[in-house]
Amino acid sequence: MLVYTIRRLFQTIPVIIGVTLVVFFMMHLIPGDPAQIIAGERADEAQVEQMRDRLGLNDPYYVQYTRFVTDAAQGDLGNSVRSGRAVSSEIGARFWITVELAFYSTLLSIFIGLIAGIVSATRRNSFLDMFIMIFALFGLSMPNFWLGLMLIQYFALNFDWLPVSGWGSPQQLLLPVITLGTAGAAIIARMTRSSMLEVIHQDYIRTARAKGVKERYVIYKHALRNALIPVVTVVGLQFGVLLGGAVLTETVFAINGLGRFVVEAIRMRDFPIVQGSVLVLAMLFVFVNFLVDISYRVLNKRIELD
Amino acid sequence: MAETTVNASTQETKRINPQIENMKTMWRKLKTNRIAMAGGILILFFIVVSIIGPYFTSLDPNAPDVSSRLQGPSSEHWFGTDHHGRDIFTRIIHGMSITLYIGFSSVAIGMVVGVLIGIIAGYYGKRTDAILMRIMDVFLAFPGILLALGIVAVLGGSINNVIIAIAIFSIPVFARIVRGSTLAVRKLEYIDAVRALGASDFRIIFRHILPNILSPIIVQATLRIATAVLTASGLSFLGLGAQPPTPEWGAMLAAGRNYMWEHPHIALFPGLAIVAVVLAFNLFGDGVRDALDPKIKS
Repeated sequence: MLVYTIRRLFQTIPVIIGVTLVVFFMMHLIPGDPAQIIAGERADEAQVEQMRDRLGLNDPYYVQYTRFVTDAAQGDLGNSVRSGRAVSSEIGARFWITVELAFYSTLLSIFIGLIAGIVSATRRNSFLDMFIMIFALFGLSMPNFWLGLMLIQYFALNFDWLPVSGWGSPQQLLLPVITLGTAGAAIIARMTRSSMLEVIHQDYIRTARAKGVKERYVIYKHALRNALIPVVTVVGLQFGVLLGGAVLTETVFAINGLGRFVVEAIRMRDFPIVQGSVLVLAMLFVFVNFLVDISYRVLNKRIELD
Repeated sequence: MAETTVNASTQETKRINPQIENMKTMWRKLKTNRIAMAGGILILFFIVVSIIGPYFTSLDPNAPDVSSRLQGPSSEHWFGTDHHGRDIFTRIIHGMSITLYIGFSSVAIGMVVGVLIGIIAGYYGKRTDAILMRIMDVFLAFPGILLALGIVAVLGGSINNVIIAIAIFSIPVFARIVRGSTLAVRKLEYIDAVRALGASDFRIIFRHILPNILSPIIVQATLRIATAVLTASGLSFLGLGAQPPTPEWGAMLAAGRNYMWEHPHIALFPGLAIVAVVLAFNLFGDGVRDALDPKIKS
């Protein structure tokens, strides 16, 4: 297991290098002169030249890239063009809000997705199964920002049950988490159902039933455990989708997270902020994928050993 | 030895056009799948609406009409009017072609590039494979729409840039699937046979491997269009895609945001339009998957 963990850790290195390269070149692919953009449109030639010097844009690319990576590793992601403050401190607090939002939404989608998937699989082709699957198909086909708008319209404005926007109190969490978690719940429900159905038809389940093992026990002890393995992978991927989706959800609910911050930074053409935020979110996703692979391995191992 | 050559060449002549042969079998399987057919008919309907719909609407989608601002649904304005007095139904009909255009073209570009990368990686293996797939891993490391967002940030917000962004973000998905399928097909005997006959790599890839891995590509393409439509409308909603007054549905939702609390119909109908199109592609994709590729799971 330790060997596997270390090997998997080494595999993330080329990906991390690649991600930093992409983010680094993002800045240089912007049409126009980055120094001009950062110095501002009204800056004169001398100011732009000074900015170019300060940013080290006259150095060869590999020198600039090395500097970018060493600075980033030390938590220095440059300064915001707008506020002049360090990107890392601007990102800091907002980052945790986004992580929190994505984490709760993942929990919700696992919880609802698993229950719905199991119910669907064990009552295959029943009315309930059909209902759940149609519901899941809709959940998958809805733009999350629109779902958010509709939830605000009905639950926050028409009935006045929940707050319209913000983040912090449990009431404020509910609507954004439902907004962001719905698509994930739908995907996990469909995955759990098909995975369960596949497992249920296998010989060892038939054997367990033939031995007279109670149905409930067959489902939860034997079938579910094996059916969960592919679901774990989906959950990991889904976390990434949620991190991306947080951009829209945060915008709809005016949550002061990293996603909304990125969008504002793009509008303001504050590229150091965009660069830093994209880098941080991608790194988080690489880390989560690493954790998912490890837990996948653990789950698999435990079943092998049983 | 002589015998095997003869066998292989008769097989060659019998399957004069493997692509067409393959398409026919697929169509036969598809026809019996009710879900796929339902989705397919819906998609066809939307395509027809996008082409002829604009000729049937008498109102201008972009002309403001101050006298009829913010009206609810009525017999005159089926879906009501927005804050400029424009007819929402007309705008949705005109927006259909934009949505489908973005969905189809972005996935087509992403598919062509992704399939090429995947097939080259899978066919040549070794270092080519390792290098190409590591690059794909890097693109997959950007969570969800974040990569598309980054690309739009660099290129600027417009419909064409959204297409490029979504195409790039679809490439690794196709590359991965195609690489896997290519690996499986490459090892089969008939590939060895055509290679022994002296077929070039190019011919083997396009005449013999590609036709045999079409199913997973088609399944992925249809499901991917659903994702593309969702992503594009999201980018436009954020103000980074289609710009007002373009009747793009995400942009319509963004523009109507300040008025929708008092007049819910402004947000309801463009959203429902997105759901309808995405649902049609998801239905079709689900059905196609069940019909063509029972092994692939969502």
